[in-house]
Amino acid sequence: MTVDSIQNGTVIDHIAAGGGMKLYHLLGLEKADVPVAIMMNVNSHRLGRKDIIKIDGELALDFDVIGYVDPDATVNVIRNGTLLEKKQMVLPERLKNVLRCKNPRCISGSEQELPQLFVLTDQSTKEYRCYWCETRAAKL
Amino acid sequence: MRSIIDIPDLSLPELDALMDTAEDIIRRPGDYAEVCRHKKLATLFFEPSTRTRLSFEAAMYELGGNVISVAGADASSVAKGESVADTVKTVSCYADIIAMRHPKEGAARVAAMNATVPVINAGDGGHAHPTQTLADLLTIRREKGGFSGLTVGMCGDLKFGRTVHSLLSALCRYENMRFVLISPEELKVPSYVKSECLKRNSLPYTQVTDLESVIGDLDILYMTRVQRERFFNEEDYVRLKDSYILTPDKLRKAKADLCIMHPLPRVNEISVAVDTDPRACYFKQVLNGKFMREALILKLLKEAGTL
Repeated sequence: MTVDSIQNGTVIDHIAAGGGMKLYHLLGLEKADVPVAIMMNVNSHRLGRKDIIKIDGELALDFDVIGYVDPDATVNVIRNGTLLEKKQMVLPERLKNVLRCKNPRCISGSEQELPQLFVLTDQSTKEYRCYWCETRAAKL
Repeated sequence: MRSIIDIPDLSLPELDALMDTAEDIIRRPGDYAEVCRHKKLATLFFEPSTRTRLSFEAAMYELGGNVISVAGADASSVAKGESVADTVKTVSCYADIIAMRHPKEGAARVAAMNATVPVINAGDGGHAHPTQTLADLLTIRREKGGFSGLTVGMCGDLKFGRTVHSLLSALCRYENMRFVLISPEELKVPSYVKSECLKRNSLPYTQVTDLESVIGDLDILYMTRVQRERFFNEEDYVRLKDSYILTPDKLRKAKADLCIMHPLPRVNEISVAVDTDPRACYFKQVLNGKFMREALILKLLKEAGTL
């Protein structure tokens, strides 16, 4: 199976197998007005199996979301058919308006224009907690 | 602007200094009777409370200050849909310090971010109630002379009880403490509290379901109420509410210098007959809470440059 290379756009590579669709939804790519291809279970030298997302066209991406879903992913920015930049993701310290607090008693559910804010509380377990009520985020 | 949302906002030296101030107020109340003259505390209580609101108000009056108050969301602009942020921005124009209770968890943090005067969290839903923990700490220090070498039993609702989690996180900062966690299976201390407090500090603890088998080992027995408002399901509440009831009979096996504590209000988990036992310290806790609130108001007003 082949997917054409892109001239201008972004390739999110080295996504752990199974993470591609989660990332697709969290990045809101279903609403993108440029072509997007997801390849799943692709052979990988480094990971064994991996997912890849190719975005054909310029689109602003939230790198915190990519780092949250898979801090080992890499983002390749392509311009005029050549690699312009390779970014290594990291687990973000904060996530703004990415997750929703599941606690029905949390102030973020009722306070006007209060962002949904989560902070990384345990790097080793990738645990995030709501900044407002400290409820743990559900595991991805 | 310094506000107090939860106990970890205060360092161990700050906790000790607050207790020192509270004990000084107890010894020399006259020296503090005018220190907050012409200063105003706003008590914003958007959830029912008797002791906490009165405690804050009594504390401010004993410091010579004044109190302005909103009691209940029905009586305020919150009933018209005003946000917490707008409410505290407005009240900051009238008061030098705010004590706020709100049913929404995290409301105190929103208030602290938006107020231009210090905010003290007087309870935000099931999240945090730091001044209750301050009352608990002073009670333990006054009854036991310190925090070293104590075996602390916590009994009842250890899952939803915010006072338990908050006290555990405070006591875990002291060395040489042991904990006995007594609860039904459904109301055990959440694993994240154990890992953040007990395991991280390598403090020994045991978890049991039977109070009588361990009561003789305890220096402190912290009883809690199974709170109806923390349950979504009435059936679960009814099934678990009478899990532990402390009676004079159960206390026969306890140490002569046991300190029995309870954040109050109680429903029936401590028999009224226990009230006359010299080991009952829960009404002393109420009094200590007022002194610690005085100490905290003083500290925050001084740090804000208001005093």
